[in-house]
Amino acid sequence: MHKLLEDAPGKTLLLLGNEAIARGAIEAGVACAATYPGTPSSEISLNLFQISRETDLYFEYSTNEKVALEVAAAAANCGVRTLCIMKHVGVNVAADALMTLAYVGVKGGLVIVSADDPFMFSSQNEQDNRYYGKMSGLCVLEPSTLQEAKEMTAFAFELSENLGQPVILRTTTRINHSTAAITLGPVSPRRAGGGFEKNPFMLVTVPAVSRKLHTRLLERIEKAGDLAEQSPYNFVQGKGPLGIVVNGVSFNYAADAVNDLKLGGRVSILRLGFANPAPKNLIASFLADKEKVLVAEEGEPFMEEMVKVAAQENGLTLPIAGKGKELFSREGEFDPALVRRVIARYFSVLYQEPEKLDLADLPPIPARPPNLCAGCPHRASFAIIKKAAKNSEVMFPTDIGCYTLGLLPPLNAADFLICMGSSSGTAGGFARFSGKKVISFIGDSTFFHSGIPGLVNAIYNNHDFTLVILDNGTTAMTGHQPHPGVDMEALGFGGYNRIDIEKVIRGLGVENIAVIEPLKVKKSIAAVEELLEKPGVKVVLSKELCPLYARSLGKVSKRVFAVSDKCKNHRVCVDELGCPAMYIQDGRVQINPGQCTGCAVCAQICPENAILPAK
Amino acid sequence: MQVVRLIIVAVGGQGNLLAAKVLGEAALFAGVPVHMSEIHGMAQRGGVVESAIIFGNAASSIISDGEADILVGFEPAETLRALNRAHADTWVITSTSPLPPFTAALGKGVYPKIEDMLALMTKKTKKVIAFDALELARQANNPLAVNMVLVGALAATGKLPFGPEAVKKAIETTTKEKFVPANLKAFELGFGAAS
Ligand SMILES: Cc1ncc(C[n+]2csc(CCOP(=O)(O)OP(=O)(O)O)c2C)c(N)n1
Ligand code: SF4
Ligand code: SF4
Repeated sequence: MHKLLEDAPGKTLLLLGNEAIARGAIEAGVACAATYPGTPSSEISLNLFQISRETDLYFEYSTNEKVALEVAAAAANCGVRTLCIMKHVGVNVAADALMTLAYVGVKGGLVIVSADDPFMFSSQNEQDNRYYGKMSGLCVLEPSTLQEAKEMTAFAFELSENLGQPVILRTTTRINHSTAAITLGPVSPRRAGGGFEKNPFMLVTVPAVSRKLHTRLLERIEKAGDLAEQSPYNFVQGKGPLGIVVNGVSFNYAADAVNDLKLGGRVSILRLGFANPAPKNLIASFLADKEKVLVAEEGEPFMEEMVKVAAQENGLTLPIAGKGKELFSREGEFDPALVRRVIARYFSVLYQEPEKLDLADLPPIPARPPNLCAGCPHRASFAIIKKAAKNSEVMFPTDIGCYTLGLLPPLNAADFLICMGSSSGTAGGFARFSGKKVISFIGDSTFFHSGIPGLVNAIYNNHDFTLVILDNGTTAMTGHQPHPGVDMEALGFGGYNRIDIEKVIRGLGVENIAVIEPLKVKKSIAAVEELLEKPGVKVVLSKELCPLYARSLGKVSKRVFAVSDKCKNHRVCVDELGCPAMYIQDGRVQINPGQCTGCAVCAQICPENAILPAK
Repeated sequence: MQVVRLIIVAVGGQGNLLAAKVLGEAALFAGVPVHMSEIHGMAQRGGVVESAIIFGNAASSIISDGEADILVGFEPAETLRALNRAHADTWVITSTSPLPPFTAALGKGVYPKIEDMLALMTKKTKKVIAFDALELARQANNPLAVNMVLVGALAATGKLPFGPEAVKKAIETTTKEKFVPANLKAFELGFGAAS
């Protein structure tokens, strides 16, 4: 049995935040879950996927976040408790569905997990998704601890059903990827079956219907505000004339700081875990007897604005601050010392910062940037494309996935990136205006996620560029999740269909297509060279499994390569590929047999044919 | 209970997260409050993996620069790089077996000399326990057990709020069954090396 299914109330387990959230959903009897993977949310989905294999929970990896939310919206409108999981930028993709789903509402509880990533440990931006709550009119819950993450997830389903609205559970990386001892609660039975009652004049959002629904949404926001006023997730800790307003993890740092600075008795903390809609009366009564208030929140001044509004509406003129030059930044994440320092400064508390080590005499330590794995087919594809295009001035729009690492030397094959799918969309614009030949890279999962519309657009508008689809058979970057092009049979899962990317591009009418196997370097270069001569939209479909994924499928090559004494030490292999299996010893290139996957790409690039299978 | 802040740094693939998990489970067995967090964004692709573990009554699950009481490094250059997390009273435990980043391996950037790195650590912190954990892991018949060797050394310092028995029990319950004997052996060798 999956460890998160155990019905053992009171038992304590060491769980990752994401496991705690999955457990909270299980305790609430979640019956449907849909997602598109994204760090730091992915382990919630992985656990629910595993659980779906042994229960009647329905789980799907959807093709993108918008579709995931649409599937979830439908399930919830059939009365089924549903969890929809995505990283913060995923909510942008789902936002069109979200904004009007807020009007239509739900019958069964629908909880949307938005996993935000302050400091961008693994994201393209650090947007603060609490504003989605404000923009859509949906409740936002924010846990401070992992125990709370579990409990709030379960509560969010009740709240959602109570209001008839989806609820946003907003986390940050330090919730998702922290671990703590979690006490389990009872598991509610799953109500897996649903049903749909027709009610088109409340569910089909033509203008006349939506006007009614907007009125209802505003009423629901009002009701939600009342619930926020009463919610045990909004509470005051400690007493004193100085106030600190906190949310999520900032609560922990502030609580520790109050201890460390010995401010007990002088500082009172208002923790807002149910922070949208704003519990205005609660905030006003907190402010009423304070001399000075600090708002400690990562990201944007979301609570700070609401606290200032509450003060203004109540004629309170005490100083309230949060973001500012000497205070908190809107960038990055907080840490305990930072919060301690700002609290001390703002409240003029005497505080001697612990002495830092003087590290000025440390030698430079060579950086350890992430790198494409040894034998990664993306490396081969980059080398092939660059060789095939060597005679023209090229720019490379790219996309999000392992292959974004093509940015780094020696590959240097990434020039522009904004979001998933942007490779195929921006390529058209660059083809018109950059004055360069445009070759754009996209992964297979990203192609299905949001790359297809850009390609359709390019064909229709007759743009002139080459789209290289890096088909490694998996969603590698986020942990090798499946996607619509994945062979699910090979993974041992029945009941899925597989979409053939080549058929998709041919079906769209792309005529100039090169399907290559990137580990066959010379043949691939020739095919791409020929293709690049053609006008209009061209597609290179580069097909080779990610070797880590292949290994998990039991497909391993025993062959490894070694540098023979034919090597003349020009280091073309190192300078063009930079495979991490290579190293230099005593001035000679060597290959680490423990890392080499036997892809043979270096052997084909070596002008001396000096790299040979190891004996 | 006094709060003990521990940071573990390693290169992706060295088993940092499993070491953290073992220590977390040991704390749970011993009834010691524990909060941990991990950053492993690019672990699979050769990046650095960092775990923070806070034992005792603190609410935070991360550790600020200069505030780690113990720093465990699975790779000497990574230990040195993480020295900004330490303070003058920090105990440092590090393996001396190098895994140069591929940039240095390819002759781009110089990998510092091990003796120089150890001398710097010794100069700046309270105590440095340094030995070749890879060699001990090999002796335990599992070269992948570098993590358990270092957990053993950590347990020998007496700085953890629980004894070695809790850690051994955690190794038995959290690591893969067929590796338990080698992991326990690795633990013992690390424990011995630091005692
Ligand atoms: C809107 C959005 N959703 C999810 C992510 C997280 N994410 C980053 S890359 C990626 C997919 C990568 O898969 P693929 O395109 O197949 O490339 P690979 O990593 O396999 O090379 C995902 C899901 C994101 N950055 N943005
Ligand atoms: S995980 Fe796979 S796709 Fe990603 S860099 Fe490694 S080999 Fe390449
Ligand atoms: S064959 Fe060459 S390029 Fe391929 S993994 Fe081995 S060393 Fe790297």
